[in-house]
Amino acid sequence: MSAPNPKFDFDIAVVGSGPAGLAAAALAASKGASVVLLDEQAEPGGQIYRAVTETPVRDRKVLGPDYWHGAELLGPLRDSGAAHWPGAVVWSVARPREDAADGHRPIQIGLSRNGSAAMLTVRHVILATGALERPFPIPGWTLPGVLGAGAAQVLLKTSGLVPSGATVMAGSGPLLWLLAWQYLQAGARIDAILDTTPKENWRAALPLLPGFLRSPYLGKGMKLMLEVRRKLTVIGNVTALRAEGAIGGDSALKSVVYTRNGAEHRLPADTLLLHHGVIPNLNLANATGCAQRWDEQQRCWRPTTDEWGATSVEGVSLAGDGAGIGGARAAEEAGRLAALDALHRLGRIGREQRDKAAVPFRAALDRALTGRAFLDTLYTPAEAFRAPADDTIVCRCEEITAGAVREAVRLGCSGPNQAKSFLRCGMGPCQGRLCGPTVTEVIAAERGVSPAEVGYYRLRPPVKPITLAELAALPKTDADIDAVFKH
Amino acid sequence: MFRRLPEIETATQAVSFTIDGRPASARAGDSVAAALLANGVTACRTTPVSGAARGPYCMMGVCFDCLVTIDGTGNRQGCQVRVAPGMAVETQNGKREVER
Repeated sequence: MSAPNPKFDFDIAVVGSGPAGLAAAALAASKGASVVLLDEQAEPGGQIYRAVTETPVRDRKVLGPDYWHGAELLGPLRDSGAAHWPGAVVWSVARPREDAADGHRPIQIGLSRNGSAAMLTVRHVILATGALERPFPIPGWTLPGVLGAGAAQVLLKTSGLVPSGATVMAGSGPLLWLLAWQYLQAGARIDAILDTTPKENWRAALPLLPGFLRSPYLGKGMKLMLEVRRKLTVIGNVTALRAEGAIGGDSALKSVVYTRNGAEHRLPADTLLLHHGVIPNLNLANATGCAQRWDEQQRCWRPTTDEWGATSVEGVSLAGDGAGIGGARAAEEAGRLAALDALHRLGRIGREQRDKAAVPFRAALDRALTGRAFLDTLYTPAEAFRAPADDTIVCRCEEITAGAVREAVRLGCSGPNQAKSFLRCGMGPCQGRLCGPTVTEVIAAERGVSPAEVGYYRLRPPVKPITLAELAALPKTDADIDAVFKH
Repeated sequence: MFRRLPEIETATQAVSFTIDGRPASARAGDSVAAALLANGVTACRTTPVSGAARGPYCMMGVCFDCLVTIDGTGNRQGCQVRVAPGMAVETQNGKREVER
């Protein structure tokens, strides 16, 4: 843009308005920085507090007190003076290669809002892009009627929708139990919960139990799980799963087939809700160039950050589950820490002031993370679900099976980026979000090496699809036009 | 298949829209994907690769399985667009067509 436009110029941009983003934006703006909070949803809250300002589910006992805590983060945001731009899809975060005339090198954010694109100029960006459900590839998971448990929870929060007809929930992890409990409160039907938590995980998790017992959230989680186990049919030690449509048809889910103690069983089902834990939603950080590492305990890639959330890219920090899974309360505190550090880097507060202000947030963060190692270890998905059988589709967009990925490895394909050119997996509209972790795991298992060695997709902006018309309508400088027309 | 909790019918306003030309009803605040599921439409498109039926999977904008045509524009993410009065939602066959 030829002239700076104050409407598109901020000290700090925060991307994502879940707990981390809400807390970060509120704190940074309350200390006088100009802050814009960008979020693709229409209302603040992220996924964990989705629709907290407007959910039609007014009976507070259905969604539970942890959900309603989200509403407490909104007052401080309003009072802080931060600009909140809902419906803003960020598709690029980049640092120009060269300094501007004034010697500064501000960060440029490409976003799309109400069908038109815009570029923002900011001096610091805090990515609070949260988590997404770990892909749970089983044969038939692409059938209509099969959804993520997190997706079903979004339907409950935003629209008061619950499954009707025969409903099966399957998988592992806290969210599965929370959703089942919420359905119980709402009077929804659940025919069975198929628990895929591997028996042997208990052996690995037990040494971590003392830490978990100190967790302030332990009591709540246990109570909720026990109530679900008492009132619903829970089938444990499930080692294989598949979803099936009508015989000869692929139009909708009809039954769920599961294996327990070596024997197959079949349940009729209209809806199957899958869950295998959550992983960082790292597409934007990855495309921004932030270094990332393989986390063996959480079995996922996570961007590399320091204790303030700063990434390998100057002026870009991360807060919340997008930097590694810690849950909503931890995300909130991480957001505040990232905001303090951003204020410090912008010269608004000194180092001592930053460190002093951080003390209570760091203590609260430690409390929130207590016992996390136990949960991570107990709920590590079984290998059979992380690197599924050959006939299972792993890339939903391009319909590439695990068998095709293995075949590519045998032909010499060594990692996910090569797999793209062999197979097109990861090149559909979801940009690898639903296949990346599985492709990494399948290649690693086939090669007999660690996922750390195999690597992950190298992502490029735009990280969300935008139309050519939107791009073309961006303001252009004379130099931009010259570059096209004079050479 | 999904149903609305009974309390919701009184707590929110009805929104009239169409699915493939047929009249349908949703509640204010529903995304297009939620409105389809509430109307018993679990499959909203077929894939460009094999022609298999797909429906909403993630409901948070990451899986792109709920792509539909909204008011004549193809490949819209149904879970990221709110249903509006008079909106014309069409299920989608295969890939997005030119001019749509």
